[in-house]
Amino acid sequence: MKRIYAIESWCIDCRRCEVACKTFHSKSKNTVKAFTLEFPAPRNRVRVEGGKTLSLAVNCRHCAHPKCVEGCISGAMTKNPKTGVVTSDPEKCVGCRTCVSMCPFGAVRVEDVVDKGVAYKCDLCGEVLGEPGEPSCVAACPNRALIYVESEEC
Amino acid sequence: MQNRESLREGRVRIPSGCAIAGIMDRSGSRHDGSDILKSIALMHDRGNGLGGGFAAYGIYPEYKDLYAFHIMYESRDARTETEAYLDKHFMSEKQERIPTESVGSIKNPPDIWRYFVAPHPMRLNMSGLDEFEYTMQHVFHVNGQIDGAFVASSGKNMGAFKGVGYPEDIGEFYRIQDYRAWAWTAHGRFPTNTPGWWGGAHPFTLLNWSVVHNGEISSYDTNRRYVEQFGYDCELQTDTEVITYLFDLLARRHGFSQEMAAHIMTASSWDDIDRMDPERAAFETALRTTYSSALVNGPFSVILGSDEGLLALNDRLKLRALMAAEKGSMVYLASEQAAIEVVCPDAENVRSIEGGVPFVVQLDEVARRKRGESAENTPSAKPFKHEVGVLPRRRKEA
Amino acid sequence: MLDYLLPRYKVERDRDLCVQCGVCERSCANEVHHVDPDLGRVVADHAACVNCQRCVVMCPTKAIAITKWPQVDSGSANWTLGYMQDIAKQAQTGAVLLSSMGNPEPYPIYWDHLLLNASQVTNPSIDPLREPMETRVLLGGRPGMLKVNEREHKLVSPMPPQIKLDVPLMFSAMSFGSISLNAQMSLAMAARELGTYFNTGEGGLHRDLEPYAANAIVQVASGRFGVDPHYLAAGAAIEIKIGQGAKPGIGGHLPGEKINAEVSRTRMIPQGTDAISPAPHHDIYSIEDLRQLIFSLKEATRYAKPVAVKIAAVHNAAAIASGMARAGADIIVVDGFRGGTGAAPKRIRDNVGIPIELALAAVDQRLRDEGIRSTVSLVAAGSMRSSADVVRAIALGADAVYCASAALIALGCHQCGDCSSGKCNWGIATQRPELTRRLNPEIAAERVVNLIRGWNHEIQEMMGGMGINAIDSLRGNRLMLRGVGLNEKELEILGVKYAGE
Repeated sequence: MKRIYAIESWCIDCRRCEVACKTFHSKSKNTVKAFTLEFPAPRNRVRVEGGKTLSLAVNCRHCAHPKCVEGCISGAMTKNPKTGVVTSDPEKCVGCRTCVSMCPFGAVRVEDVVDKGVAYKCDLCGEVLGEPGEPSCVAACPNRALIYVESEEC
Repeated sequence: MQNRESLREGRVRIPSGCAIAGIMDRSGSRHDGSDILKSIALMHDRGNGLGGGFAAYGIYPEYKDLYAFHIMYESRDARTETEAYLDKHFMSEKQERIPTESVGSIKNPPDIWRYFVAPHPMRLNMSGLDEFEYTMQHVFHVNGQIDGAFVASSGKNMGAFKGVGYPEDIGEFYRIQDYRAWAWTAHGRFPTNTPGWWGGAHPFTLLNWSVVHNGEISSYDTNRRYVEQFGYDCELQTDTEVITYLFDLLARRHGFSQEMAAHIMTASSWDDIDRMDPERAAFETALRTTYSSALVNGPFSVILGSDEGLLALNDRLKLRALMAAEKGSMVYLASEQAAIEVVCPDAENVRSIEGGVPFVVQLDEVARRKRGESAENTPSAKPFKHEVGVLPRRRKEA
Repeated sequence: MLDYLLPRYKVERDRDLCVQCGVCERSCANEVHHVDPDLGRVVADHAACVNCQRCVVMCPTKAIAITKWPQVDSGSANWTLGYMQDIAKQAQTGAVLLSSMGNPEPYPIYWDHLLLNASQVTNPSIDPLREPMETRVLLGGRPGMLKVNEREHKLVSPMPPQIKLDVPLMFSAMSFGSISLNAQMSLAMAARELGTYFNTGEGGLHRDLEPYAANAIVQVASGRFGVDPHYLAAGAAIEIKIGQGAKPGIGGHLPGEKINAEVSRTRMIPQGTDAISPAPHHDIYSIEDLRQLIFSLKEATRYAKPVAVKIAAVHNAAAIASGMARAGADIIVVDGFRGGTGAAPKRIRDNVGIPIELALAAVDQRLRDEGIRSTVSLVAAGSMRSSADVVRAIALGADAVYCASAALIALGCHQCGDCSSGKCNWGIATQRPELTRRLNPEIAAERVVNLIRGWNHEIQEMMGGMGINAIDSLRGNRLMLRGVGLNEKELEILGVKYAGE
């Protein structure tokens, strides 16, 4: 499958990926509305860690044997057997945070929405859950610090 | 001669289209001008009556060691001045008015004379130049400095007959049927924006070179500014003039064969060079690099006449027509096939000349001689005129 | 002391569009932007803005525009705000005014007064999509006359070394130190891809660039930084830099803070010391000394590489160039007064030197007058803004051109002219790792390759329109140019006719 890779030597900590991710995962798909109007506020799934001297856009690896799926108690976290995309279903998620603690990369976060915590993670910008799309973080990166390339194993 | 001076060659640069033809007997036997006249006349529509002319080789066997100057005069003063100048620098064996026929369509012809001369031996010696360079510089002087005089040709045992009119009328005017030559070339002119004038008609000649040309070379100024470095003053600003100078520079001064000179002017493409074996590629690259400003670009077909024979050349992209055919020892060249067939209906090997590939027709005796000669070129050791001046060169530009 | 200087720019932020994402804040090395949580909006330190436009380009919502500081001047056409600000600055610091990039003053740009020709009727234009359209150029010294064996197709006389350019354009000298290694790497990669050359400038050849050495012209300048036999042997050609268009007559000064470990190793000087290039080469006080250096370099490289000599376009450029040719230079480089720089005294940059168009025309004509033009190559530098400028330069007489500013603009440079601060937000004129990291050579090289490929297509189309299918036939072909808005003298020097003639 195609996966997103972060190249730390080219990450410049601008965080345009975060903005793009948040916009894509908004209802309006409009940056201004996503940041100022929408409620619940859309969440960005990619997150740049580090700072000026060293930074890296942390993102889900869509592991071949994902620990998050293994640990999920509600069946919300699944890996699509065909596409390999790992997604969390906000309807089923109960916000138990098992996935957060099991992910070796820190790529899953649970954020409080209106009534419960929900696990958020990269869905490869698919239009449908489990289908990969064209990741908007990769498109927004000005320095090719995020690349979306074919990789081994699904 | 009432045309506006400002529209002449030399004042403005004139692109033009044309018809060209050439006929040669490789055996060296001489033929009169009736065939070439018929051939060029067939291509009447390729000219517009603003210029026609012929070059003929082998016409003055009795004076073959002397330079035959064909000179056109607008006035008596011009003739007096020119003859005084020639007297100073040359020894004249014979001078006479060129016999002409009155032709209805030819209006206001100049006074045309011919002189059979040899360079003044002492002056030649003092000039430090070789005989050709010496003669050439004096031809340049007459054309550039003497108002109303123009040297139409200056080679040995050859001559140019040219003027304003259709080539068939010009031929009749000069009575070219009365001359017998082993090679003839002809030109019918279609200048696009000038009234035409006698000196500016083609063939353009220099020493033994004559050039007839159809086309418009887009590399003109590159070529002009290249040859002007070496003392060739492009007074007429025509393509034919600069092509002639390029041949003179490469063949006479740098010692290349005419074929190699033509090859330099239509150099191999880089794509072809890249496919050659390394040694050949290095050879072609060196030629292209050293003589890069001698590359002739834009549409042209050219027939070069010289004491060796004829050479036909097309631009690298073959943007102009030029046909060749043979019959026995005869070789025919013309812009149109019909112009060959009209004089030689059973011509053989009729073919179109390939773009960028020189088509060489040598006299049998020349070909024999060349086979025995070294294949290395011998650049002329004598200096160029501009290299021996006392005063700095005058600036020619602008 | 109270700073009398006014801000130069004002950051206009569209509050309707700003989402306070902070991309601008993180993009600006000058610390202009700040997301203020207390105010709940992004604030700007206008005085720190240099108008590099990084934030403008980076802003995800295009909420930012940089405008001029709206202060009116005194109303005097003589005492303009610019001059008054310069005085205020010098009154404050007592120093020479420093500037970067090329001369920005409104002197005539002759390129804009030269129009190109095209074929109509009498001569067909050539379609570059159908016919070969040759833009290859070889640079080097020429014998003027060749001796060959025609039958065997072999050279008898030796041919001096040449470098081969597939496009009639090279990247001018910019040293490692003045620009980042990533910037040099970008140009090196682009040069290799395009079949042309980059120039090390006076900064040595960084070991990471050695794989690209076959596409490098190695420069020898008055400071001789980074020069050793290995360096000379590595490059495809050697260039002696006598002068630079942006600062004729003076040397260079790379401050110690830019001499980090890598720059120090590449320049072969101690870390942290100022790298000072003297105004003249102290072994070249006259033309005969230049000849000695040229031949020393040729000896050192076994006559296998062409040696170029670069001068700034100054009043007597034509005579100097002729001397250079006779001193043995294979390639003559003339750099016009619009040429860029990483740092130059402002008064020098803005007032010294002459336009490249006039210098080039004069040099080409002078070499022809002396009958030696065909024995050397001539390269013009100093602001080639488009493919049309390249065509004009070649038609005036250049074999090829050098361009740097255009290539840097392709890398992201916005001509803010703040190179000397070392805080280039585009990662070009800086050595700070957090900034140089912003220039990914993979992207940058692609952009430069795209630019030059685009230019080359345009050059081919313009040539085709002229009925020319090899760039050899464009060189010095001044009939392909016509002047507009020029006086007699200008036409005479340029050697072109007026439009309509």
